[in-house]
Amino acid sequence: MDLFWKIFDFVNQPVGATHYLAVGAVLFCCGLACMIAKRNAIGVLMGIELVLNGANVNFVAFGSPALWPEAKAPLGLDGQIIALFVIVLAAAEAAVALAIALHFYHTHTTIDVEQANELHG
Amino acid sequence: MNTLNYLPTLLGLAWLLPLASFVLILFFGPKMGKAGKCAGYLAITAIGTGFLLSAISACIWCSHYPPVAVSHEAAHAAVANDQAATGTQTVAGTRTEAALEKTAAEVADAVVTDIPTLDAEVSEHAAAPVVREWYTLCEFGSLRLSFGCYIDALTIAMFCMVTLIATCIHVYATGYMHEELEPMVDHQAKLRDGSPLRRPGRYHRFFQYLSLFCFSMLGLVISGNLAMTFVFWELVGICSYFLIGFYYERESSSMAGNKAFIVNRVGDFGFIIGMMIFWSALGTLNFGDMPVHGGSRTPVATTQAVESGDPVANDAVVTDAGAVSESASNEVVDIQPGIFTLMRGATLPGDDDPHRLSVPQGFIDLARGAGAEDPEQFAYILMMIGGLGIFCGCVGKSAQFPLHVWLPDAMEGPTPVSALVHSATMVAAGVFLVGRFYPAFVPEVLLVIAAIGCITLFVAATIAITATDIKKVLAYSTISQLGYMFFGLGVGGWFAGMLHLFTHAFFKSLLFMGSGSVIHAVHTNEMTEMGGLLKKMPWTAYTMLVGCLAIAGAGIPLIIGLSGYYSKDAILAQGYSFMTFEGGSNPYGGLLFWVPTFGACITAFYMFRLWYLTFLGKPRDAHRYEHAHESPWSMVAPLVITAVFAIGCAWTLPVVNGGLKELIMQAEPAGVAAGSQLGEIVQVLMPAESLSHEHSIHVFVSLLASGLALLGFVVATVIYALRKIDPQKVADTFRPLYVLFKNKWWFDEIYDVVFVRGSIAVGGVIAGIDKLGIDRFADGLATQTRWISKIDEWIDRCIVDGCVNGIARLTYRVGDTLRQVQTGNIGNYVAWVGVGAVLLLAIVSMLYLGIDVPVANIPIR
Repeated sequence: MDLFWKIFDFVNQPVGATHYLAVGAVLFCCGLACMIAKRNAIGVLMGIELVLNGANVNFVAFGSPALWPEAKAPLGLDGQIIALFVIVLAAAEAAVALAIALHFYHTHTTIDVEQANELHG
Repeated sequence: MNTLNYLPTLLGLAWLLPLASFVLILFFGPKMGKAGKCAGYLAITAIGTGFLLSAISACIWCSHYPPVAVSHEAAHAAVANDQAATGTQTVAGTRTEAALEKTAAEVADAVVTDIPTLDAEVSEHAAAPVVREWYTLCEFGSLRLSFGCYIDALTIAMFCMVTLIATCIHVYATGYMHEELEPMVDHQAKLRDGSPLRRPGRYHRFFQYLSLFCFSMLGLVISGNLAMTFVFWELVGICSYFLIGFYYERESSSMAGNKAFIVNRVGDFGFIIGMMIFWSALGTLNFGDMPVHGGSRTPVATTQAVESGDPVANDAVVTDAGAVSESASNEVVDIQPGIFTLMRGATLPGDDDPHRLSVPQGFIDLARGAGAEDPEQFAYILMMIGGLGIFCGCVGKSAQFPLHVWLPDAMEGPTPVSALVHSATMVAAGVFLVGRFYPAFVPEVLLVIAAIGCITLFVAATIAITATDIKKVLAYSTISQLGYMFFGLGVGGWFAGMLHLFTHAFFKSLLFMGSGSVIHAVHTNEMTEMGGLLKKMPWTAYTMLVGCLAIAGAGIPLIIGLSGYYSKDAILAQGYSFMTFEGGSNPYGGLLFWVPTFGACITAFYMFRLWYLTFLGKPRDAHRYEHAHESPWSMVAPLVITAVFAIGCAWTLPVVNGGLKELIMQAEPAGVAAGSQLGEIVQVLMPAESLSHEHSIHVFVSLLASGLALLGFVVATVIYALRKIDPQKVADTFRPLYVLFKNKWWFDEIYDVVFVRGSIAVGGVIAGIDKLGIDRFADGLATQTRWISKIDEWIDRCIVDGCVNGIARLTYRVGDTLRQVQTGNIGNYVAWVGVGAVLLLAIVSMLYLGIDVPVANIPIR
């Protein structure tokens, strides 16, 4: 009950950094769950994208001057730039991963990751 | 161009031809004609050419140094003159050889006017040896081993004698060994089932060994230093071994070969010791003086070698030993003195004999180095031991007491071998070496040589009386005659001993070939199964009679005789001279004269006993007599040739007024002829050999020896030819003596008990010590080692290996376990990543922020 009220309080607060972080954490967890649970390689890729974006939200939140009005020094653009960098990385990763998936499909006529266990110990 | 320079080449060629023959027969023997028949012709060609070359060499030598007889009167006049000049004092060192020879030559010039070549100049530098070094084997600092030659009149004479007899015996062997051309049945070699051995003929192999023997023997004769002598000494030994064991399937043959070889080893051990003493003391083993170019130690090439010889050349370098050297290009500045010069060249101040034996500085240095209190005496003893060592080798090779036992057994070899190797040449090598090395023997050594020779000649002669095997009689006769040679050398008679070597070689090879001819005809060695063969084989009988007469020393005393007469006479005369010298002060002088003189009687007895038993009387074995026949010409011809030489080889030939005697005389070592020598340890005084030519001595000894020989001949005739006395009765009368002689003085038995059984007993004791002591100790060590290694093995296996294997096993298990985690399922991995991340976060939170991390405490904005 106590926890419920705490969450209720939290939700009723004006939007701040913590809310951003909560969204990021939710995204991250969703992405992780997606990666674990999905058998389709494309789905796993999607999960990865979610995880990356969860991280991105955190970067943006920490790097936003609007959310940190009392900061002693200017925050600069570091957070945003890293977010952009992550997006680029994600695009590249998606390209490579899709190529792998495509190749895997060519050889195994499936993209079920459960089947891709030939290197197991 | 001095023709003497051709001598090394000519004699070297004569020496190497038999080697070539040996090599050819060795490789192509069985293919030479039917059953290797041509091998015999090849060997004969080689040795015959060798004889021709030797004869040419002899002619060259004689053209330079004519062996001209100095008449007896002249010689005696010389001795008398000399004695007058030096007073009656005849103690060592009062005469000079040069003076003696000069007076002799002058008198000879006056008396024998028809010899223009003889002048004082020539005789003063008479007959310098030709010394060459052919090939250097190795050098150790100042010591060096080389092949070289030392050619003097003795070498030349030996070459002619050896090659002539060898040629005769080669021819003889083609007849004697013809059975070997066919596959043979050897009835004396039984197989295990009792049947006789059948084997292919070994004709070519026989000639192969003969050729090798000739090569070795000639090498021994020509050798220029002791080491080379030793090499060929051993080579003739091995040839003798091969030839004794020619029928090696017979047990007696192979045993005899072994015996000869082993007994010779005993003597050769002494030879090596003597050689080492001379080498370490003098630093050289060369006999003669070796010219060295420019003072450096580079070997002298044959082509550039010093021309030796021409005695009247102006730039001749005359050394103390009489070697005369000159150089065409005047390159020679240094003469490396040989043993003879070193031993006899150290003239003391006030000593007018330039060739007196004196202790060389090398020996004194050696003695001083050994820390001797009296170096001079110690050095003298060393010289004595060295000389005795060399003589020890000669005792073995020449079958002298106490090493004579091998020679009678050596008669197991084919008879041509007995004639060549075991009577004429090889066994005489010991005498030859003593003669060659004579200048280095001190009087004490000579006394030992005389004593050994005296014992041997008597013992062997007595055994020969009772032997019934025809070859054994001759073998013991050989030993006895070799004893005469040593005796002659030992009492100061160098010339007498050497002359006997030559005469003996001829008549003994003749006798052996004759006995071979008899054996060939009757197929037995036993004289008890012969008799009456005179009619069947007259040539053999009469040539053998010549041999018997020669060995007995038959002759008309003081006028003429067979060859043996001269040599035996010379030896006994020297013995008499030794006995009576200086009032008879020499130790055992009487014994040393009377025993050999009596031996002459025994010699005549046993030789005629042999001849009568073989050729006269009634045939004792009718069957053998029926089948007897005269041998083919190839065997008779050599008999006749050697018979001619046995008669006349010691004669002074009428036309040239010279001969073998004079040739040998040229090689007489300086200082022997004139120098009476006094021993330092034992008071023995060697008389100069020239003294034995004294008329009184000569007449007395000659008549005595001839009388005794005649006595022996008469006794033999009475007992064996006329049958007036039954030999059996004589044997019974002298029963103990007969048993003693018949059993060969029990030498073989004594040696068997003392040495053979002794060695076996010592070996048994040592084997016991080995088994009980050393083996047990070794076994104990081995057992302990096994125990220790077992413990060590356990440690290794359980602890070291256990650690390593345990770690490996653990790693494997861990890996196996962790393998399960690697499912290959991507979801699992991601889940682990997530769990890991959460765990990491939790740990970091706990460590940095404290365990209590309530989310609510985060300040909410």
